[in-house]
Amino acid sequence: MSERAEIVIVGAGPAGIRAAQTLVAAGLRPIVLDENVRWGGQIYRQPPAGAGFTRTKQALYGFEAAKADAVHTTMAALLPQVDYRPETLVWACDPKHLHTMHGGRETPVAFSHLIIASGATDRVLPLPGWTLPGVYTLGGAQVALKSQGCAIGERVVFAGTGPLLYLVAYQYAKAGANVVAVLDTSAFAAQAKATPRLLNQPATFAKGVYYVGWLRSRGVRIEHGVTLEGIEGTAGVRAIRWQRGGREHSLECSAVGLGFGLRPETQLADLAGCRFVFDDLNRCWLPERDAAGRSSQAGIYLAGDGAGIAGADAAELAGRRAALALLEDLGIAAPVVPDAPDAPAIERKLASNRRFREGIEQAFALPENPAARWPDEMLVCRCEEVDARTLRECVRHDGVTEINRLKALTRVGMGRCQGRMCGEAACHLLAEASGQTFAQVGRLRAQAPIKPIPIAPMLFDENVAAIPEEARDE
Amino acid sequence: MSSSSHSSHDSQPLRAPGQSHPQLTRLAETSRSPVTFYLDGEAVQALAGDTLLTAILTHQRHVRISEFSGTPRAGFCLIGACQDCWVRCESMPAVGGDAQLTRLRACSTTVQAGMRVVTRAADANEVHGGANV
Repeated sequence: MSERAEIVIVGAGPAGIRAAQTLVAAGLRPIVLDENVRWGGQIYRQPPAGAGFTRTKQALYGFEAAKADAVHTTMAALLPQVDYRPETLVWACDPKHLHTMHGGRETPVAFSHLIIASGATDRVLPLPGWTLPGVYTLGGAQVALKSQGCAIGERVVFAGTGPLLYLVAYQYAKAGANVVAVLDTSAFAAQAKATPRLLNQPATFAKGVYYVGWLRSRGVRIEHGVTLEGIEGTAGVRAIRWQRGGREHSLECSAVGLGFGLRPETQLADLAGCRFVFDDLNRCWLPERDAAGRSSQAGIYLAGDGAGIAGADAAELAGRRAALALLEDLGIAAPVVPDAPDAPAIERKLASNRRFREGIEQAFALPENPAARWPDEMLVCRCEEVDARTLRECVRHDGVTEINRLKALTRVGMGRCQGRMCGEAACHLLAEASGQTFAQVGRLRAQAPIKPIPIAPMLFDENVAAIPEEARDE
Repeated sequence: MSSSSHSSHDSQPLRAPGQSHPQLTRLAETSRSPVTFYLDGEAVQALAGDTLLTAILTHQRHVRISEFSGTPRAGFCLIGACQDCWVRCESMPAVGGDAQLTRLRACSTTVQAGMRVVTRAADANEVHGGANV
């Protein structure tokens, strides 16, 4: 491979864009790889260009319109000074090389330094019926509206927990969708109790209160402390069932937006060889990083929700901080970027944000031991259609105690999504069936390709590394 | 519909009485120019800038049929993470021959005029055919 080693940023959301801005200000020209068609990430996702979409940023992003516009405008101004490659999937990472796919073509990208700003996806917990047409992640429901002007159905229920539950319900109702209920699995008392910590960010807290009040004033049904029982239907969603205070409830609907907060996309950090540690706040394994965003691997930096959920404002700060760390490691002086905080100020803000995050986790706690309620016939893995019974029997008969072993024996987490949608559930189920804690069952290892790619380029590209030993189903 | 309808997905389109409404509802951005594409052989309309997923699900409730259980799927995450919205797309060679099938991730592919999208269950010999995946 002859090309020059470069500074590469993966992801063009708030973290990736602020990192790029900082590096450009220091006179560097990073490569910015992004899977999306346009920059902005998921939070500030832009509708397709040149297709006649006309909604204003105010309509698309509400209270966040000014921030979205600032991020978009920053990247637009950077375009001549970065090597921006949209619609480019990074599907593998080996020491000093990324493997990318664009328009069916494989291109290796050599890097000397790498900032991973890979973002997040919804944290999903399954329930019976969750594979039916009409069930979407909360984030997916938001993307349908933001990027396509569509609602996920005619009668929509939002279920699960987390701040996004109320935000998306509000955005839907405001856009004219028929939101028939918001079903929150966490208790109202927990949300009240978390108020002192949430007041670390009074403006964010106030927005949350506003969304709930707005929904109530429009007569949208909001239930707290529910236990979700199942989604009914055959060709698609017909109703949702839940239980509250010992009573069974059911409501007709044609779509369900489902989510339990967010989970970081950590596969690239894993393939890059970063060391992981279990994080109690995020309730998942995260790549280790210092306060500046340096990973355990020299030259690899982590920023934004892909390194631990902290939200878009924190992602902007972390993106800049990681780029400053990279510059420092190169011996380049920190550049002057108007209105941008310096490294110590960023670290103070990020530490304060962590206290707010603790409040969020307290207010919107995951359901206790969710796997105990999952019936044997419920699908856990939607790619390979592995049900709860298969996993339980594997634990019972084969004495499995570790998640990668369970994957090898049952194919859970081995399908096209690579465990993004089922990994969390499989770990809960294994923990419950084997009498361990969630952290004790281990971490689903990432394997290349982290997303499906055409087979041909893999077979015919001599640059592709051999499939590593641990990737061979154990 | 009873649960026994799962077995009839191959022969019967998933537009039974009472389930005839599409999955997605357009709320905004409806003045974009129309684009005609083919959904299981039928010419239907989408709007410029629609993803393939939007284009399909504003007409029906599924984008694919699971190759394991035969149950309908309509995507899930809409951001290219869940991989539950891969659809087949036919392209006709310029001179004779059989249609080629490629696979596209519906949530992250923009609909193009004239696309021939297949969402019905795959024949056994189709499942691993096509150029991709």
